[in-house]
Amino acid sequence: MKRTAGLWLLIGLAGYALLPWYMVSGGVFSLGWMNEMTGTGAAPALLQVVLHGKWWLSGPLPAFAAAALVLALVHGQTAMARGLIIAAAAGLGFLIAEALLIPGTAARFGWIAGEGQPGMGAGAFVTALGLLMILTTGISGLGRGRGDAFVTGLIGLIVALVATFVFYPVAHVLIRAFEMKGGAGYGISEFFGRFFSADLWGLGCLTGAECGPAINSLILAVMTGAGTTALGLAFALIFTRTGFRAKPLLRVLTIIPIITPPFVIGLALILLFGRAGTVTEFFADAFGWEKTRWLYGFGGIYLAQMLSFTPIAFLVLIGVVEGVSPSMEEASQTLDADRWQTFRYVSLPLMRPGLANAFLLGFIESLADFGNPLVLGGNFNVLSTEIYFAIVGAVADPAKAAILSIALLVMTLGAFLIQRRWVGKKSYATVTGKADSGRHAALNPALRWACYLTALPWAAFTAAIYSMIVFGSFVKLWGYDHSFTLEHYIRAFSVSFANGVRFTGSAWDSYFTTLTIAGISAPLTAFVGLATAYLLVRQKFAGKEAFEFSTMLSFAIPGTVIGVAYVMAFNFPPIELTGTSVILILVFVFRNMPVGVRGGIAAMSQLDRSLDEASLMLGANSFTTARRVIAPLLGPAILAALTYSFVRAITSVSAVIFLVSARHNMATSFIVGRVENGEFGFAIAYSAVLILTMLAAILILQLLIGKRRLRRADRVEA
Amino acid sequence: MNKFSSISLAAVLAVLAAPAFADELNVVCSNEQDWCDLMASNFEAATGIDVAMVRKSTGETLAQVRAEAGNPKIDVWWGGTGDPHLIAAAEDLTEASGADTSALLPWAVNIAEISGGKTIGIHAGALGIAYNADILAEKGLKAPACWKDLADPAYKGEIQVANPNSSGTAYTELATLTQLFGEDEAFKLLAEIGANVNQYTKSGSAPSKAAARGETTISIGFMHDMVNLRKAGFPLEIVAPCEGTGYEVGGVSVIKGAKNPEAAKKWVDFVLTAEAQQAGLQVGVYNVPSNSGASLDPDSPDLSSIKLIDYDFATYGASDTRERLLARWEAEVKGAGGAVEE
Repeated sequence: MKRTAGLWLLIGLAGYALLPWYMVSGGVFSLGWMNEMTGTGAAPALLQVVLHGKWWLSGPLPAFAAAALVLALVHGQTAMARGLIIAAAAGLGFLIAEALLIPGTAARFGWIAGEGQPGMGAGAFVTALGLLMILTTGISGLGRGRGDAFVTGLIGLIVALVATFVFYPVAHVLIRAFEMKGGAGYGISEFFGRFFSADLWGLGCLTGAECGPAINSLILAVMTGAGTTALGLAFALIFTRTGFRAKPLLRVLTIIPIITPPFVIGLALILLFGRAGTVTEFFADAFGWEKTRWLYGFGGIYLAQMLSFTPIAFLVLIGVVEGVSPSMEEASQTLDADRWQTFRYVSLPLMRPGLANAFLLGFIESLADFGNPLVLGGNFNVLSTEIYFAIVGAVADPAKAAILSIALLVMTLGAFLIQRRWVGKKSYATVTGKADSGRHAALNPALRWACYLTALPWAAFTAAIYSMIVFGSFVKLWGYDHSFTLEHYIRAFSVSFANGVRFTGSAWDSYFTTLTIAGISAPLTAFVGLATAYLLVRQKFAGKEAFEFSTMLSFAIPGTVIGVAYVMAFNFPPIELTGTSVILILVFVFRNMPVGVRGGIAAMSQLDRSLDEASLMLGANSFTTARRVIAPLLGPAILAALTYSFVRAITSVSAVIFLVSARHNMATSFIVGRVENGEFGFAIAYSAVLILTMLAAILILQLLIGKRRLRRADRVEA
Repeated sequence: MNKFSSISLAAVLAVLAAPAFADELNVVCSNEQDWCDLMASNFEAATGIDVAMVRKSTGETLAQVRAEAGNPKIDVWWGGTGDPHLIAAAEDLTEASGADTSALLPWAVNIAEISGGKTIGIHAGALGIAYNADILAEKGLKAPACWKDLADPAYKGEIQVANPNSSGTAYTELATLTQLFGEDEAFKLLAEIGANVNQYTKSGSAPSKAAARGETTISIGFMHDMVNLRKAGFPLEIVAPCEGTGYEVGGVSVIKGAKNPEAAKKWVDFVLTAEAQQAGLQVGVYNVPSNSGASLDPDSPDLSSIKLIDYDFATYGASDTRERLLARWEAEVKGAGGAVEE
């Protein structure tokens, strides 16, 4: 404890005394601030206090001093821990209070008149981090988290991050649900009336009229969650329990829909099944069927969501299905169970955490999905589009947007609690480290054919849609003029070789920005997500359930709300990030982290605790155990988290629309602009290039991370 | 522990690879992408000011300007329908640029007067009807020529129009009919048309796109969007309604508290010049420029040949009129059925 706390004390102190406290123009890595270290702009806190009279920045100094004194003078373990906690908590509390009380141009509540301060910079962050870590080290010294500074440090760090980048911004938006009409301040009286109104929860569709958007969203989400889980399971079973020959091809087909910018699927569906679509025309000509607009409404959204979200269920389930121990299945068969009984009573129950997490993700994705309902919604209103238009529509109503968001959150919370109960407290550990060289039981023929018959037509359907998209990018006007052209690609991605290589196509800028931001945010997302999963599965601490739910929060809220929340929270000091690439990275990390968390939880609940315990007993600490024992066994989960966060950073639309700026424009918002302008060929060509890029990235990731070796024969019983 | 420290520190430092605030002009453009790019490069060539530009729709821009009020990251907002610009002016989110409006057409000056100079008209686009000629022939329907034709029960399930609660285009239509026929008569007509509407879309440009692809037969929307689709090769025919029609005026506004106010004013001056406006012809801009000296594309809807109403932006842009009309629309048009999927 002494060493760790001492190290963080030095880091924190360095941040306080050496790094510029406020944000500096050009960024802290430009090092230009080193020449101006005495000026008000770039001075570290110590100099700000001494030279510029910003006395309120002096708070951390006594905290550091007190911590140092405690470390030097106090001897008892508990006493030292208490001392550190008190010193660090006081310093941290003072820092936060100071930052929130003196934002921007003038202090809040008239506290020290006329004083304002710019956004916090590197110095403030490092100081805060140092204090936080001294605090958590102190807590571990009290014996919490099994006395492990790594565990308490990780919890502290993630709690702080989630509080800053999820709660703080989301609170900015949700508070407006309590805003009274006509600018009469805030109050609870109007909230309940609006929240429980029949416009929102109407059940008219049971009697033939229209349902409220909340009910529509709920029905859609339950069906999408169930459908994607079933399809994902069918695919996962084909991969692990059958001798299907074209697995690599199937693998690509299962992945491809998540790497597609959302509106592209909608557009392809319209061109196939719309009133003037190819398939519709074919059936109208061949069988004289009436051409209808059935696609616009529940049917179309459901189809598009199934296409879009089945891969997520698959990614979560493949690792889990693979991980189910063959020994258990063999034991079952030795005890004279047939294959169906083995699957039904042994394998399937062991997959519960995977099924539950896949369902939860599908459910939440469907609730928050915005692109598909926008394109295919017709007169079927769902919450996410209602929220979007409550914010950007002709009549802006932030209170309505906030109330609808709360309705969404309530549903998410409900689904979350139900899935917790369903998974229960049983043990699902099947990766135990014991000799385990059996083979997975093959599926019984009926089940195998059931899987084939659901999954393969679906894969064929996906293949058809994607060949259409590629086709669409090479023709002049998809649907009307099918003469071959390369014009769309040339306009987007032309390169000029005169005077060296210059990227003259109009898409290059946003393309490079998108790849950079996705490339930075993906590993961060995977790290934060899996670290959170590790804490949730492996550690016990107070408030764990609330902590778990809070990590789901940013995922459950529609992107539009998150986007606006981030602008409202991070446009002003103490944390001023709008117009930078940092805000885009942050929004991706905290929005996509739940997938890492869910996948990590599903995979980790299969790893037997005895593995950790063996490692700890042999003298490794938690960090080494997590790195050397758990992480290698989490290959599929890490891959899923990395893939998903990379892809989502490239394909998400609604959250980034408010956050992109001239210098940092993202591919999707660029593409959406083109679509709005009717340039479908260009948009599709750009999407096709993005799809190929992501596919290449995924394949490279797969090669790098490789397969985990469970020392099981990697084949299926004949 | 040490490794963990270095990893987390590296992560934090990566996040701190912070921003650059160089001197430049930050423009949000709500026009077509090509037109945005062209204007930006022309402005850079003319003034030497570095332009950072991003394209966002008007609704999104307004939401962002509201959220950023007090510490805006945008200097100037160019393009898009006038209503959100007027709302921004009314909410005191923008400030007067003091640009010279003497060379502009009356409707452009009108917008500037209503907003106290906070937004100035840059172009106008008339509202119209479009139909897909192929589908119309296939169904054996006759082409509509007037607003009142749309009430014909023969068009049942064939018309698509946006929802005025979410779309400024549809609100312009609502206000236009109210001004043409009087409020009661207009709502009666809207309800009759509503019986033929297959879908009230969220976005204003969606109906014409659907008509272009044959997903619906008839759409209501802005003519310049329709010309755009027609030029792309879709079998879309455009109709200027016989009773007369309303129009929108696109605006340019300087954001209040802009970091580069001088450059922003230069931008406003520049986009109001005839030379800058007629450059739009090179990239297919089909709305009518506000500078009387700017030349027109032969394909763009000629406002002088269309019967335009004297659109009352002050009354119909005001939020109480808007709320009253929308509540009435919700009750009498949407509530009266329609929106039938076949």
